[in-house]
Amino acid sequence: MSGLIENNGLLIGWLLVLGQIGLFTLVLSLSIAFLLLLDRKVWAAVMMRKGPNVVGPFGLMQSFADFGKFLLKEIIIPAGANKTVFLLAPILTLTLAFAAWAAIPVAPGWVISDLNVGILYLFAISSLGVYGIIMGGWASNSKYPFLGSLRSAAQMVSYEVSIGLIIVTVILLAGSMNLTTIVDNQGGGFWTWHLFSFNNILMFPVMVVVFVMFFVSALAETNRPPFDLPEAESELVAGYQVEYSSTPYLLFMFGEYLNIVLMCAMMTLLFLGGWHGPIALGSDFVNQFPAWIVNLGHVAWFMAKIVFFFFLFALVKAIVPRYRYDQLMRLGWKIFLPTALAAVVIVGGYVVYAGVQT
Amino acid sequence: MELIAFYIFAAIVTVSALAVVAARNPVHSVLWLILAFFTSAGLLVLIGAEFLAMLLVVVYVGAVAVLFLFVVMMLDVDFVELKQGFLSYLPFGALIGIAFIAEIALAGFARGSGNMAQFDASPGAETNTEAIGQVMYTDYFLLFQLAGLILLVAMIGAIVLTLRHKPGVKRQNIAKQTARRRRDATEAVQVEPGKGL
Repeated sequence: MSGLIENNGLLIGWLLVLGQIGLFTLVLSLSIAFLLLLDRKVWAAVMMRKGPNVVGPFGLMQSFADFGKFLLKEIIIPAGANKTVFLLAPILTLTLAFAAWAAIPVAPGWVISDLNVGILYLFAISSLGVYGIIMGGWASNSKYPFLGSLRSAAQMVSYEVSIGLIIVTVILLAGSMNLTTIVDNQGGGFWTWHLFSFNNILMFPVMVVVFVMFFVSALAETNRPPFDLPEAESELVAGYQVEYSSTPYLLFMFGEYLNIVLMCAMMTLLFLGGWHGPIALGSDFVNQFPAWIVNLGHVAWFMAKIVFFFFLFALVKAIVPRYRYDQLMRLGWKIFLPTALAAVVIVGGYVVYAGVQT
Repeated sequence: MELIAFYIFAAIVTVSALAVVAARNPVHSVLWLILAFFTSAGLLVLIGAEFLAMLLVVVYVGAVAVLFLFVVMMLDVDFVELKQGFLSYLPFGALIGIAFIAEIALAGFARGSGNMAQFDASPGAETNTEAIGQVMYTDYFLLFQLAGLILLVAMIGAIVLTLRHKPGVKRQNIAKQTARRRRDATEAVQVEPGKGL
């Protein structure tokens, strides 16, 4: 990325950089459109419905039809709302959701910004996501949105703690906060993935527990069912989104799905070997092909893993009933936090005293 | 390039810090404060302290300011009353402000040229993260642990001060709830017609 400016001069370099960002954004947006459809299809299949099947073949164009509808409807702003903050909230949500993707490497070297502290950056940006919800709920000047945003604030702050500690265990095993290095640490086939970590066999039980906790915390962090209490329709109508309509609502929903896919990508990078396939093919075999074909293969593995996790998210949404709020808080503070702390201590001790085989 | 970014960030920090004081609505004040925090993280990135910048965002913007906003949103603020006390607080506020400016000026003069380029964000290590880890967990390990202990004592103190066990309050017992089975709660009864239970 920085190489583009140094190699091509200032003007062309910047244009290339902007083009790269634009292309990435476009691919991401299109993927979200189809993932949204997948979400609805899975949900429908669990309920033995057909799901959206009218627009286009198999309903493939459904998301685009919805997009057009959202754009063309009237934007309604409640009379008592704080207009600036009300409109700023969805924009903030979407901007932050896109900004986080800047540090996600999709193949070796294919990343917009290869930060030294990439994982901390992801964690920081995703912890800001709560502001869109709080601002939206407050600015609506209405009771249900306000209650929803209060719930969301408490929920996301609670689960960030356990997510942060779980990330620390992965950083300890990989010995770096750079996402590319973390992924390359898992490059020797599926047994070196952090989820299994068979090369550090003592860590296997710890990492599996930690991964399950990360998955559940990711559900809570993105306000997905069974932790969708900020928008629980049986109690709060639609929570912080009650007063939103048309394009602002679209931005909220889009940002939410971007965050969900971001969490899937984080799980892929941290635990499931990122762009590496389950079996390391060896550099002799790989080097027969041109670099771009190899990288496309990497991207394909990366996307396949993300879609797998997204499928799990969709299944959970369809199958698991909603948690009660006190149960949610108990799970976060009394179960996940101590377990994650213990995991950090165990992994840290192992790294120091047994040495890590990478 | 770096200079342009610095001036943009510095301008945003200054304007948003002023807006924190000037905003009439306390919630807007907090939102401006968050912008100021976030932009100062950008300034930290510019001097090469990327780890500190991320920590600033994670801890202050992501957690502390959220709780701050949480509390401020719940306040029942009377805007007219809030503005009335302005003049009586002015001398005190001005005093603190002058002290701040004097301190910053003193530090600036003491550093001589105060050139940004001479600043090393990661002395004796490759990255900022390593340098901070070296200082905190190796060189000054004991002081760091002591600071942690003091925080722990403060936390326990806050819990002891606010924790009250009111008698007669219904509490959820999760273990009891999950141990409950169908046969504990339901009973199948053959009711004869016309008799009732």
